[in-house]
Amino acid sequence: MRAFSAIAAAIVRGFVRDRASLFFAIVFPLMFLVFFGGVLSDRGQPAAELVQVGDLALLESLSPEAREAFDAAFDVRRVEDLDTALEEVRSGDADVALRQDGDTLVAHYTQTDQVQAAVTQATLRALVDGTNVALLAQEAGSPVPFALDVERVEDESLTVIQFVTPGLLGWAIATSAAIGAAATLQGWRQTKLMRRLQLAPVRTRTIVSARVVVTLGIALVQTAIFLGVGMAFFGLSLTGAWWMAVPLVLVGTLCFMALGLLAGALTTTAEAAVNAANFMVLPMAFLSGSFFSLDGAPRWLQAVSDLMPLKHLNEGMLDVMVRGEGPAAALPVLGILAGFALVVTLVAAKLFRWDSV
Amino acid sequence: MTAIRVRDLTKVYGEVRAVDGVNLDVADGEFVGVLGPNGAGKTTLLEMVEGLRRPDSGTVEVLGQQVWPRNAAVLPRIGVQLQASAFFERLTAREQIRTFAALYDVSPARADDWLERVGLAEKASARVEDLSGGQAQRLSIACALVHDPELVFLDEPTASLDPQARRNLWDLLSGINDSGRTVVLTTHYMDEAEVLCDRVAVMDSGRVLQVGSPAELVRHLDAPARIIVAPGQLDEAGARGIAGTEAVEVGPDGTVLTTRHPADVVARLGELGALDGVRVQTGTLEDVFLALTGRSYRA
Repeated sequence: MRAFSAIAAAIVRGFVRDRASLFFAIVFPLMFLVFFGGVLSDRGQPAAELVQVGDLALLESLSPEAREAFDAAFDVRRVEDLDTALEEVRSGDADVALRQDGDTLVAHYTQTDQVQAAVTQATLRALVDGTNVALLAQEAGSPVPFALDVERVEDESLTVIQFVTPGLLGWAIATSAAIGAAATLQGWRQTKLMRRLQLAPVRTRTIVSARVVVTLGIALVQTAIFLGVGMAFFGLSLTGAWWMAVPLVLVGTLCFMALGLLAGALTTTAEAAVNAANFMVLPMAFLSGSFFSLDGAPRWLQAVSDLMPLKHLNEGMLDVMVRGEGPAAALPVLGILAGFALVVTLVAAKLFRWDSV
Repeated sequence: MTAIRVRDLTKVYGEVRAVDGVNLDVADGEFVGVLGPNGAGKTTLLEMVEGLRRPDSGTVEVLGQQVWPRNAAVLPRIGVQLQASAFFERLTAREQIRTFAALYDVSPARADDWLERVGLAEKASARVEDLSGGQAQRLSIACALVHDPELVFLDEPTASLDPQARRNLWDLLSGINDSGRTVVLTTHYMDEAEVLCDRVAVMDSGRVLQVGSPAELVRHLDAPARIIVAPGQLDEAGARGIAGTEAVEVGPDGTVLTTRHPADVVARLGELGALDGVRVQTGTLEDVFLALTGRSYRA
């Protein structure tokens, strides 16, 4: 027990005193959290930039609701002549130039951003149609036959932060678990510390379990910091069986430690091992929806992502942390991750050599 | 009693016979050096004796026990300092040695004593990365000795140290077997082996070429002594006239006489009144080493 705690303490000290590993384990992922959660969530679909040429009588006659929708959809600026407005559209400073020609509203747009152009056209058309219908109905003295009422399905609190936190947390623990294991294995082999420990009357499993326990502890600290920052500053609110994220994080950590061991077993220097671990985890993070949702990705890509342990970890954490699912939702994910960890550890153990000779 | 008994030990890597039929006995309390050029097989031999590598053939007994497969009964009784500085990263010197102490169930207080004994008390709070080469070696040796082992292995402890740091370390090393501890040291420095070791095994190409005390090895070499007579004390003809002189060379620093009978020649020089400033150079372990391993340059 003394040997275990001495080795664990040595690893913890080594980690805490290494600014680079602290940065990549905690600060770097938090920067992403701030970026996605704090910056992107305020924006949604950006408003189109609209240049208004002279007076637009139609705009003045809009109903209050329609005016509100118009203001939400467009950032409006006013210029006096058409040429200036067209130049702005052409150069990309504005998305659309709008002028009124008698009873016709004329929109000049570019096709550079096709989605933005389509949204702009549809919005303006709806505006004109809506005004026409309102006027016709008024003339006829009868109410409009159909009405549309919109209501959001999700809880008000379901903002971007809810969806990015589990994914980014998954990426953060995957990276530090894999890199920690790879760097320890190769670093200790390179400095011959591993051989030195072999010559001490300490069991291999004492050394391995010290490393594993420390990495699990680091993952839990990462989780606490992530959820704490998310809740304190970005309005993250956890749902349902969120506490099931703890076993998910722990098993996920084992899974990525196994990948790190594999990276360490396949390489001959600590630097190469860390690079190999990064090379495995970073593309996986992209393919596992850590940074953005894969709902819009092609089918084959989604099929590939199903092979990634990180995808399952992310989905499992989303289910229990923000989608309000019960604890049972995490069980199949735990099974998949544990199986992956076992298989990869066995492969790494098979490939491992005590030293390079 | 023998601390180490090695018989017909062989280790082959592909085409290279890294260790080739080595026999070696080390007695209790002895300070033995394994001397050889780089790549002679010293480290591989040591690693098999320590139980880190499996021999292809032959036997190793350490303190009367087998060392392969990993023998937990032997480990607490031996201390090992490996070639690289095998430290936990970013720990201070004190934390480092206390960590190793804990692995052997030794108290932190005794670990701190060892830090003091190797002269690192002032550096206790310095990170291992900030220690000089000599300080790191001292710490490494202290970590190998912290559990007070009966047998210590030191693998090139003074490699890559400057001359001052090396001599500094010798003082430490020559003291570690005072208490009856057995020490095995590898080195490629002749002077080191001559100063520290009771016996030396000269190794090259995986084989032990000769074993003996440094004095024995030099005597066995039967190398001629060089007697240098100060300038102006003796002319060349006079020098050649001395019985037992094999060669004479006159240079700016004096006349050099080569002989296998230095005592006779020096006595004759006394009779001739030419002893002022005379110097005698006898064979050194370096001569033995070069005679045994050849003078060709090795990368």
